[in-house]
Amino acid sequence: MIRSTSKPVVNDNPFMKPMEWVSLALLVAVIFVLLPMLLDAFRLNLVGKYLTYSFVALGLVICWGFGGILSLGQGVFFGLGGYLMAMYLKLEASSVENTKIQSTPGIPDFMDWNQITELPWFWKPFQSLPFTLIAVIVVPAFFAFVIGTAMFRRRVGGTYFAIITQAIAAILTILIVGQQGYTGGINGITDLRTLNGWDIRTDSAHAILYFVNGALLVGCILFAQAVKKSKLGRILLAMRDKEDRVRFSGYQVASFKTFAFCLAAVFAAIGGAMFTLQVGFMSPSFVGIVPSIEMVIYAAVGGRLSLFGAVWGTLLVNWAKTTFSESFPELWLFGLGALFIAVVLAFPNGLAGIYRTYVEPRLTRRVKALEPAPAVALPHAAE
Amino acid sequence: MLGDYSLGDLSSIFVMQGFAGLILFSVYVLMALGLAIIFGQMGVINMAHGEFMILGAYMTYLCSGFFQTHLPALFPAYFFVAMAIAFLASGALGMLVEWALIRHLYKRPLDTLLATWGLSLILQQAYRSIFGAREVGVELPSWLIGSVQVTDTIEIPINGMFVMGVTTLITVGVALLMYRSRFGAQVRAVVQNRAMAGAVGIDTERVDRLTFGLGCGIAGIAGSAFTMVGSTGPTSGQLYIVDTFLIVVFGGAASLLGTIASAFSISQTQSTLEFFLSGSTAKVITLLAVVGILMLRPQGLFTLKVRR
Repeated sequence: MIRSTSKPVVNDNPFMKPMEWVSLALLVAVIFVLLPMLLDAFRLNLVGKYLTYSFVALGLVICWGFGGILSLGQGVFFGLGGYLMAMYLKLEASSVENTKIQSTPGIPDFMDWNQITELPWFWKPFQSLPFTLIAVIVVPAFFAFVIGTAMFRRRVGGTYFAIITQAIAAILTILIVGQQGYTGGINGITDLRTLNGWDIRTDSAHAILYFVNGALLVGCILFAQAVKKSKLGRILLAMRDKEDRVRFSGYQVASFKTFAFCLAAVFAAIGGAMFTLQVGFMSPSFVGIVPSIEMVIYAAVGGRLSLFGAVWGTLLVNWAKTTFSESFPELWLFGLGALFIAVVLAFPNGLAGIYRTYVEPRLTRRVKALEPAPAVALPHAAE
Repeated sequence: MLGDYSLGDLSSIFVMQGFAGLILFSVYVLMALGLAIIFGQMGVINMAHGEFMILGAYMTYLCSGFFQTHLPALFPAYFFVAMAIAFLASGALGMLVEWALIRHLYKRPLDTLLATWGLSLILQQAYRSIFGAREVGVELPSWLIGSVQVTDTIEIPINGMFVMGVTTLITVGVALLMYRSRFGAQVRAVVQNRAMAGAVGIDTERVDRLTFGLGCGIAGIAGSAFTMVGSTGPTSGQLYIVDTFLIVVFGGAASLLGTIASAFSISQTQSTLEFFLSGSTAKVITLLAVVGILMLRPQGLFTLKVRR
C-alpha cells in the first residue's frame, strides 16, 4: 500500500485514506445518481443484477485477495442465498387461490408437476419472511463454517481447497437439477411475484430494489473496509504471506481463515438474495462451476486487493459481456478467455493495480503541485 | 431396492455394471494420468485438460472421416493412427501452451488455474467455430462393434475391452517412463528440488515443457478412447474436469498408483450405484463420499514421503 506522505497525518491509521473516501464518493455518485439518471428502467435493472455479482467479488477480495484462500465455489453461496429467497417468494406466489387449477393447490407448481402432494418439511419455515431473511445469512454462513472448519483445521489450503470447493459447486448443481420435485430442477424457481404482498415485477419496485441493493453494497464495502483496517485484516494478510510464522506466533490460523471464508459466503448470499428479488427467478445456472469461476474473474479484473475495484471489475466485465454477446456472440468467449489470461499474466492486480501504478501518482502530483511545497518528496514513482 | 432381483441376476448386474464401470475407469485413468503428471509432478492446475482431451477426440473424428473417404482399405486400422495423431496434436498444443503461458506462472499455482480456465474457454469456442456446436460421433471399424457373450446373462462389449487394453498399455508405458527411464528420473528430480536439479545439469525448462506436453498428449489419447463411449462436443471436456481433479487429489497427487486406485474406486462406485439409483443421485453420492473422505484425509489415499 502506498502511504500518504503529503501531510503530517494526525491519525496514523484512519478508517479510510483521503483517496479511498474519494473512491467511495465516486462509487456512490455513479450508483445512486449517474446510472439512475442515464439509464432506462430495463438497463437499470440489468445494472442492479450486475451489482449483485459484485457482492460475491467483494467477498472474494476478502477471502482470496487478503486471505489467500481461492474459493471456486462462491456460486454455491450465491445460489443458496438466492434459492432461500426464492423459496419464500415462491410460496407466497403459490397461495391456494393462485394455484387452484393444480391437483394439490397451495404448493409450488413444479412440485405439483412432479406428483408431490405435500409441502416438504424444509420448505415450511419459508412461509415466514423474518425466518427467510435470517436464513439467507445464517444458512450459507453455517455451510461455509462447516466446510472451512473441516478443511482449514487439517491445513488444507491453496489448490486443494480450490478443487474441493469446485467439487462442492458441482455436487450442489447436480443435486438441484436432479431433485426436480423439491428444487424446480434445471429451470429453477420461476414466476416469483410478490414480497410480503408488494409486487416486485413493476418498474417502480425494480427501482426501489436497485437502491436497496446499492445501499446494501455500500454497507458491505464499509464492513469489509472495517475488517481490512482491523487487526484481523492484518492477520489475514500476514497469513497469506507467511502462514507458518503467524501460526508460530500463537494465532489460530484455521479460525481466521474460516472467518474470512464465512464472510465471503455471507456477502455472496446477500448478493444472491438480491439477485432473486431483482431478476425474479433463481436457477442452477448461477450455482455451478462456470458461474463460480466467472465470479472470480470479476474480482481479478477489478483487482484482487481492492474493495472498490471488485465492484468496478464486476460492472466492467458484465457490461462487456452484455455488449459483446448481444452483437458478436462467438467473440465473447474468446474475449473472456483472453481476459482471464491477460489479467493473470499482465495485470495481476487488475484495474486497481493499473490505477495505482499509472493514474494515482499523476493525480497526487497534480494535487501537490497546487499545494505549497510539501516537506516530503514523492516516493511514488519508485514504488 | 435389492429385493426384486435373484442372487444370479444380482451377480450378473454387478459384473455388467462393473464392466461398464471399467470403461469409465479407462477414460478416467487416461485423463487422470495426464493430470497427475501435470498437477502432481508440476503443481500446475490445468483447467484446460478436458479441452486437450477433446482435441484428441476431434482428431480421431477427423481421422475416421479421412480414412473413410480416402483410404477405405485401411479403415479397420485407422484407430491406431488416430491415437498417435491425437497424442501428437494434444502434446504439441500442450508444449506451445507451456511455452507461451504456463512457464510464467510456476510460482503462482492458483493463477495457473485462472489462466488455463481462460484457455479452456478459448479452445471451446475455437472447437465450436471449427467443428460446429453439434456433437459428433465417429464410425467404428466393424471389428470393434459387437460384444462377447460370456454367459447367458453376461455380455461384454468389444470396444470396452479394446479401450481397457489401450489404457493398460499406456499406464504401463507411463509407469516405465516415469520410474525406469532417464527422463523420468529427471522429471522426479525437478519435482523434488528444482534448483538442485538445475545445478546438476538438468535442463529444467526443457523437462517442464516435455512433461507438460506428455500430460496433454495422454489426455489426447484419452479423448481418442472417449470417442468410443461417448459423442464429442465442444464442451464435453468440461464435464469431466472436476471428476478428474477429484480423482487425482483423492489418489494423492504425485502418486500414479493412487491415481489408478482412486479412478477405479470412483468409477466403480458410480456405475454400480447408477444401476439402482438415478444417474444424478449416483453421481452426487459418489462425489459427496469423495469430498467427505478428502475432508478427513486431505493428503489422499496414497502419499509420497517427501520432505517439502
